[in-house]
Amino acid sequence: MTPGRWLAAAALFVLLVLPAVLGTYGLTVFIFIFFYAFLGQAWNIVGGYAGQLSAGHAAFVGVGAYTAAKLAITYGLTPWIGMFVAGMAAALLGLGVAYLGFRFGLRGFYFVLLTVAVAEICRLITLHIDALGGALGLFITFTGNPWMFQFQDSRAHYYIGLALMLLATGVAAGVERSRMGAYLRAIKEDEEAAEALGVNTLRYKMLAMTVSAFLTGMGGTFYAYLIFSLQPAAVFGIPLSVDILLRPVVGGSGTLMGPILGSFILSPLAEVSRAYLSGGAWAGAHLVVYGVLLIGVVLFLPQGAYPYLRRLLARGDAS
Amino acid sequence: MNLILLAQSLVNGLLFGGVYSLMAVGLSLIFGVMRVINFAHGDMMVWGMYLAFLLNAYLGVDPYLSFVVCAAALFVTGLAVQRGLVNRIMDAPHEMQILLMLGVALVLENVALVIFGPDTRRVATAFGASALWLGPIFLDLPRLLTFALSVTLSVALWLFLFRSDLGRTIRAASDNPTGALIVGSDVNRIYTVAFGVGAALVGAAGALTASFLPFSPTAGLPLTIASFNIVIIGGMGSLLGAFLGGLLVSVAESIGAVVLAPSLKEVVSFSLLVIILLFRPSGILGRRA
Repeated sequence: MTPGRWLAAAALFVLLVLPAVLGTYGLTVFIFIFFYAFLGQAWNIVGGYAGQLSAGHAAFVGVGAYTAAKLAITYGLTPWIGMFVAGMAAALLGLGVAYLGFRFGLRGFYFVLLTVAVAEICRLITLHIDALGGALGLFITFTGNPWMFQFQDSRAHYYIGLALMLLATGVAAGVERSRMGAYLRAIKEDEEAAEALGVNTLRYKMLAMTVSAFLTGMGGTFYAYLIFSLQPAAVFGIPLSVDILLRPVVGGSGTLMGPILGSFILSPLAEVSRAYLSGGAWAGAHLVVYGVLLIGVVLFLPQGAYPYLRRLLARGDAS
Repeated sequence: MNLILLAQSLVNGLLFGGVYSLMAVGLSLIFGVMRVINFAHGDMMVWGMYLAFLLNAYLGVDPYLSFVVCAAALFVTGLAVQRGLVNRIMDAPHEMQILLMLGVALVLENVALVIFGPDTRRVATAFGASALWLGPIFLDLPRLLTFALSVTLSVALWLFLFRSDLGRTIRAASDNPTGALIVGSDVNRIYTVAFGVGAALVGAAGALTASFLPFSPTAGLPLTIASFNIVIIGGMGSLLGAFLGGLLVSVAESIGAVVLAPSLKEVVSFSLLVIILLFRPSGILGRRA
């Protein structure tokens, strides 16, 4: 095994035994690290590898969350299965958005705007559907029944979150190593050239978006059963979309470790600044920190933290 | 359907459309010259509102006078953002510029939140309760005044771009940056002025709406998105397109609010956006991309 793999195995071991020593607050911080790393990794497939910047991934979180919660509340379907239905619903939406956007050749800013518009339309429509609770949202009654994806012990959320993060990373690794990954990178670098070489760019961009949306929809289910209440503004809102794309961008988009590293940097920062700065007079201060960080990353680490770290380590090895 | 109600909403939409036009013209100018999308556009507008609020609360200045000061302050802000941040990454990929401006938007919005708190505000004006009647249709005086001033500012921008030397250079640089460099234009200066003027226009739009559009620090994002919609619908980089797009979107939203439901008015403009994106992404008056 290479040193990198040893390191990954050691890190995984630490994460597996960590709940033994963590308190409730520590567990919560880690659950959000995993959750955002998972969403970031899902985004990474289309936003990072394929370079199709989506600023509306909250749409898939929202569709996934509402699908699973509604199925459980009204039809008693367990979210263990509902999660996959939710993923499918989100994937369908993703497929639709991707088909429309890519079929009509939307790129760059135009694609960004299409994704924002779709998420906003979802939010506004959900606000007006009474069956989904309208502006009040959906509330899930807590029963603590593990069969219904409800857990007394937050260690369960910890391990499920960790599993989801590993799942998305596994999918991203599969994409990265496959022919599809090579095609996506070619599309990101130079779409015309990829097309000229016979890559069916439309098909692969759509595939990337669909896979990404499926995972994100599953994440929505996890979110619903972590928070136990769903409001359109929270699950479909632009702030969530920004939160999702921020982690891979800060960590290094288009790299396997980027979203995870980004989440380990940003999520605790968000959690700590929320805890210390969001009280009264300092509401919003943690988002100022976010904004400054984003500006700093773009100006000084445009490829993200992970590629920079790797270069730094490689230099250390060479000397 | 009540005909008078419909006519009233048409008039209201048209009057508010002046503001939409002004916002969109500012955004379109920045995009046309630099190919940079100002994601902080709405937040700059909100800062225009808060400046009008401060000038009114501490110095008693009416927003219909202080909009000049607000525009000047936002001109300096735009200049600083362009010089300090955007200029460093002019050659970076598109995503990086979008992310940079998202960062600026987050900072502007939340600095306002830290300073002013989350309360919704409105600025008092001397024209507050006045209205004119056109038969059964009434015209709110502040909105009428805002419309007139917005159109005046848009025309002033047009005169600046088409009748002054600096304006002509700006248009030349937006048509062909390399060509402008070759004939010896100071492209950096052009970029700075264009960003400053774009920000000043939206700052003025903020001050001019502060008396009837209740605002809070989070009001920026919806305004940014509305500006994007209008610019795309009107045609990226086309000033006339942005101007007409503003009127069109505002009228459509206003009528949609009456025909559907007030809270569904944005669905109308988003649907308009999606249709335009799919069938004519260059917008109503835009050049083919």
